[in-house]
Amino acid sequence: MIEIKDIAKTFGDREVLSGISGTFQPGETSLIIGGSGTGKSVLLKCMIGLIKPERGEVLYDGRNFLTVNLEEQKSIRREMGVLFQGSALFDSKTVLENVRFPLDMLTEQSEDEKDKQAREVLKRVELEKAADLMPSEISGGMKKRVGIARAIVLNPKYLFCDEPNSGLDPLTSITIDKLIKEITNEYQITTVVITHDMNSMMEIGEQIMFLYEGHKLWEGNSDTLVKSDVKELNEFIFASKLIRDMKQK
Amino acid sequence: MSRIGSYFIFLGTLFHNREKARVYFSLILNECVSIGVGSIFIVALVNTFIGAVTCVQTAYNLTNPFVPKNIIALIVRDSTILELAPTLTCIVLAGKVGSNIAGELGTMRITEQIDALEVMGINSGSYLVLPKVIASVLMFPLLVIMAAFLSILGGYIAGTLAGVISPEEYVSGLRLDYKPFGIVFALIKTVSFAFLVSTISAYQGFMVKGGALEVGSASTSAVTNSCIAIVVADFVLTQVLLT
Repeated sequence: MIEIKDIAKTFGDREVLSGISGTFQPGETSLIIGGSGTGKSVLLKCMIGLIKPERGEVLYDGRNFLTVNLEEQKSIRREMGVLFQGSALFDSKTVLENVRFPLDMLTEQSEDEKDKQAREVLKRVELEKAADLMPSEISGGMKKRVGIARAIVLNPKYLFCDEPNSGLDPLTSITIDKLIKEITNEYQITTVVITHDMNSMMEIGEQIMFLYEGHKLWEGNSDTLVKSDVKELNEFIFASKLIRDMKQK
Repeated sequence: MSRIGSYFIFLGTLFHNREKARVYFSLILNECVSIGVGSIFIVALVNTFIGAVTCVQTAYNLTNPFVPKNIIALIVRDSTILELAPTLTCIVLAGKVGSNIAGELGTMRITEQIDALEVMGINSGSYLVLPKVIASVLMFPLLVIMAAFLSILGGYIAGTLAGVISPEEYVSGLRLDYKPFGIVFALIKTVSFAFLVSTISAYQGFMVKGGALEVGSASTSAVTNSCIAIVVADFVLTQVLLT
């Protein structure tokens, strides 16, 4: 379980996050939604330790990530998998080497064991045939799947996905969403997804947190999302005329 | 001043919380090939012609019939070993290797590859930069030794082909009043320049914020700042070691 308590972050005079709290449960896909510039990615970066918040606590099964010593922080990091917005695959390594990388760096397994494990994870994301290709030779959707494979190769307890659907066509987005949900249920991972994709919200949002101008304005799930009476949330989710018309019907 | 302070803090991060030694071995070998083997052609070309030009220009300026011609070779030798081979080669390498390091790290930064390393608990500075620094410190001196040899050879070929000095006079000039400390001095300078070029370029790339435009600016700054550091360090080392 991940708990965040009173997370606040400012850049210069601008308060990007002000007192965000929430809980993310294992085996659930939790979404953080909001428009551009509302602090979603900053919150994610605070949670995974890429940005230090001014105040607040990030608790991984009770361990405060922001105050533990370096060794403990490293061990928490090893329980995390992160899918970055642009996939962040290493350009100089093949797909297989990218997936193997965390095993190479963080485990003492034999070469054969690492190879086997990496190939198994690649099979899980249906990319076993792309193992020897370079990142520049695969599509955006495939890159995301390789990113997911790399994120889960160490069997993480916590999975973070920063806009996993950005730049993908609707069909590929659905595939990625399904994959994230399946993996979350299969391995009982605590998954946190940053998104503003309406389809993702409806399909995989078991728990949804809405951020607006650095504040948490609403929390619920995909069933209660469309029934909400929060004006800013309604403006955000019904920005599309099509969805607005659907709601009126 | 804050940038200089930030540079020294960055240097500190390279050496603490390192990964296991076996991780670095293959990385250093790869960097040695990229930095060393990849730079042989440009270093050889530039230094051969620099030696040739130095020889012909020295001969052109030595018009006094009382000055023996083998002095031309002595001047080529000393100017090559003391200044041209180490300093000029490192300036060329600042352009080639420095811009490459800054561009590579800058691109990794803006595409979140460095963040990916950090979230895995890997010290990205140490993992990405230290092999480049070690490879530079190992390969720059080898390139400078090759550069000095080719520069002197270039002077020999140009001088004898242009008829400004005979082969015997050139060889006797090379042997005249030879001080072995010149080689030590050149290598000390080269190692210092290698460290400066690799760390300054890595710092510029590592600290990139923004997009492709900023990566380009970082590459330019890497070359400019490395060249400034080289000439300043050149003066300081010459003062300290030769006076």
